Order: sequence, then C-alpha cells, then structure tokens
Amino acid sequence: MINKTVANVQEALAGVKDGMTFMLGGFGLSGIPENAIAELVAKNIKEITCISNNAGVDDFGLGLLLKKNQIKKMISSYVGENAEFERQMLSGELEVELTPQGTLAAKCQAAQQGFPAIYTPAGYGTEVALNKETRMFDGKMYVLEEAYKADFAFVKAWKGDEAGNLIFKGTARNFNPNMCGAAKITVVEVEELVPAGELDPNQIHIPGIFVQRIFQGERYEKRIEQRTVRQK
Amino acid sequence: MLDKNGIAKRIAQEVKNGYYVNLGIGIPTLVANFVRDDIAVEFQSENGILGMGPFPYEGEEDADLINAGKQTITALPGASFFDSATSFGMIRGQHVDLTILGAMEVAENGDIANWKIPGKMVKGMGGAMDLVASAQNIIVAMMHTNKAGQSKLLKKCSLPLTGVGCVTKIVTNLAVIEVTPAGFKLLERAPGVSVEEIQKATEGKLIIEGDIPEMKI
Repeated sequence: MINKTVANVQEALAGVKDGMTFMLGGFGLSGIPENAIAELVAKNIKEITCISNNAGVDDFGLGLLLKKNQIKKMISSYVGENAEFERQMLSGELEVELTPQGTLAAKCQAAQQGFPAIYTPAGYGTEVALNKETRMFDGKMYVLEEAYKADFAFVKAWKGDEAGNLIFKGTARNFNPNMCGAAKITVVEVEELVPAGELDPNQIHIPGIFVQRIFQGERYEKRIEQRTVRQK
Repeated sequence: MLDKNGIAKRIAQEVKNGYYVNLGIGIPTLVANFVRDDIAVEFQSENGILGMGPFPYEGEEDADLINAGKQTITALPGASFFDSATSFGMIRGQHVDLTILGAMEVAENGDIANWKIPGKMVKGMGGAMDLVASAQNIIVAMMHTNKAGQSKLLKKCSLPLTGVGCVTKIVTNLAVIEVTPAGFKLLERAPGVSVEEIQKATEGKLIIEGDIPEMKI
C-alpha cells in the first residue's frame, strides 16, 4: 500500500504559492474543500486563478478568498450568489471566465485522463465559442475546448483511506471526482479517514492513484445555501 | 390567461411515461408538481442526481443533498448520484428525454437567450448552454411578454445567445407554440385568450392554420 496521508491541512498545502492555478471541488456550498479554503486564507496566498463551478457566498466558501482580494481570476459556470464577486467583476479587479457547466467538468476530466482537448456542442454560436476552433461531426457543430492546467486540485470527499481511495456522498460528489488527478498535485480532505482495507474496493468512486495527499478534515460547517422544506 | 402554475400544468402534459426529465429553475421546477402519478418519470438535476424527490421534511435537510438551484431535496427509491462529468454526459449523450427551461427571449428559428443581460445581469450560464446544445426535446416555459410588455418571441434575439436553433416548443401564459423551420406555429390558446391577442404579443412570425383550440388544463 502506498500511503498518501499527511498529518494536517498545513502539510497538505505545502508548496502552495502566489500566482498558482487551483481547482476546487463543490457545487454551490455542497462538497467544497472547507479546510483547504481556510488554509489558503490563513496563508494569504495571492493572485490565485480558481477553477470552480461557483464562487461561494459573501462570507463562506470562495467568498472568504474574494473578500481578502486573494483571487485574480475565476473560471466558473455560475457566480450569481455573491455580491462581493459582482462588485469586483464590474470594477475590473477580478477577471472572470464564464464556462458552461458541462464544459467545465469535461475540461477537468480531460486533464485527469490525458486528453489535450475535447469537442463539445455547448456554446456553439454563442460568445463562449468566440475565437475557438469549431468543427462539424455528423452534421452538428462542436467547439474545441482545451483541458485545464492547474497546480493543485483541492477536493472534498466523504470517506477516504490511507491509500487515497475515495467515496463521496450524495450531491456533494459533483466536480470533486473530476478534479482528482487533473492538477499536478491533488489534495483531498475527508470527513472520515480510515486505515487501508476498511473500505470495500467495490465501492470506491476514485482510486488512490489520482490522489497525492489525503488528510482528516476538521470542523465542517457544511452550510446550506437554500433551505427548502415541506410540512409533515 | 395562465399564471405560472397554469404554464407548469400545461407543460406537465408533455411529460410521458418513461421519460428522464431535466427541469430548470423557476416555472420549470413547478412542473414536477403536476406530472400524472400513474406514469413513471425520473427527474435529473445536473449537479448530480437522478430520481430527485420533493423537499425534505423540516429537520431532515442534508447539506450533501441539493438540486441545481442549491435547494435541499430528497432522493426517491431508485435514485442515483453521480459526478458532474457523468451528469453532463447524460445530457450531451442525449439520454435525457426532455429539458424544460425558462428564457428571456426565443427567436422564430429556435435560438434562445437566457443567461446574460450585458452590463446588468452577469451570473453565468450554469448548465443551460450544455442543455440546449444537446437536448433533442426542449420546451421553454415563460411569460409571453416581459415586464415592459414587449414580446419575448422575436424574429431575432437581442440578448447574448445561450444556444442556436434548439427550442422545439414554447408554453407561455397565452399560448402553446411549436418552433418550425417556417417560424412560430400556434398550436393552442390559453383559456380566454384570442388568436388576435397572441398575434399582438408575438413579434416573430406567427403561423396560424385553421381553428386554434383552447388548451385543456
């Protein structure tokens, strides 16, 4: 067994520097790497390029990095829940690259799986396809989208073992598995870290080969963005 | 004239037995409330669930179980969870039978604009561009006119496009319209609405053939 565990978030984020490009898992606030974000705030890493479907809310998730002006560029599909984001974008402090959600997932997956680029129909004929190569297959038009290149991927899983094997829970899975192995170094934080052999190999969502560092996360807030309920 | 629930109710009639359906935010979300309960339908939410159920009971909300609108939901028996690439693989691979979404504008050639108002609203397209580029059966749920009273069914979209030539049907508070190569074809009138009223509220080319029946709701 190749052991991927590191002692804590400080060790997990060793080598993180200003100006780097990071992938961050999560959809809305669900499945975000809370510990890694907190450590990026604590280390005051600047000039970050973030590849993340959303940008958090004003006081949580990536909103914490935005508030301290640590982010130079956001690559996202939807950024609608964050007033500070909107302010920085409209004032030009923040560079924003809006990308269709499926394309964003595919560009991560392409990086993970060694494809330099993929063709997708999403965005054809829109401003997303401007200055991009297009091509027809079977009578339908597609846009060439290049794989992302990132320095670190910060991933949140539900359970993981010492070998870096991962299991995700519910819709907190989202982009997390697609970002594993898609950056030079993949750092995973889990709610429950177990010894090798405890997870059933049949149930593993992501094999440890895609993971360089894994650690036991702490103090998960797991905030709910839109609490919707029905009455009994 | 229909209200939002009326639009959702009429669209629910388009949902057939055995369909996998993706519902957008807004009026489309309401469609789930009106689907017949004697047919088998599974709702997909593109953040990673098939078999989406209703909102949870109070106290049972789970931060790890949300829909694409970031609302807490439940999973029905037979549900499954998956990653984003797989989710959009279902959509791109045309395994989802029906997509229902809102729009700011639709053009008579099927172009749709629903993600950006330059200088005003820039929230991003989310999954909308993927959905409209790949789905074969796309129904738009929207009001026939905007708040200023201007038609949303246009010769040509004025806002940045989400997708080109993709919308197949439109259900508004006034009418059911099919998008054909020749333009908007009027299929049904909302209760109490005349063909003239629909014509007046439609800027794009409206094709009216024979008697136009009233919707059965």
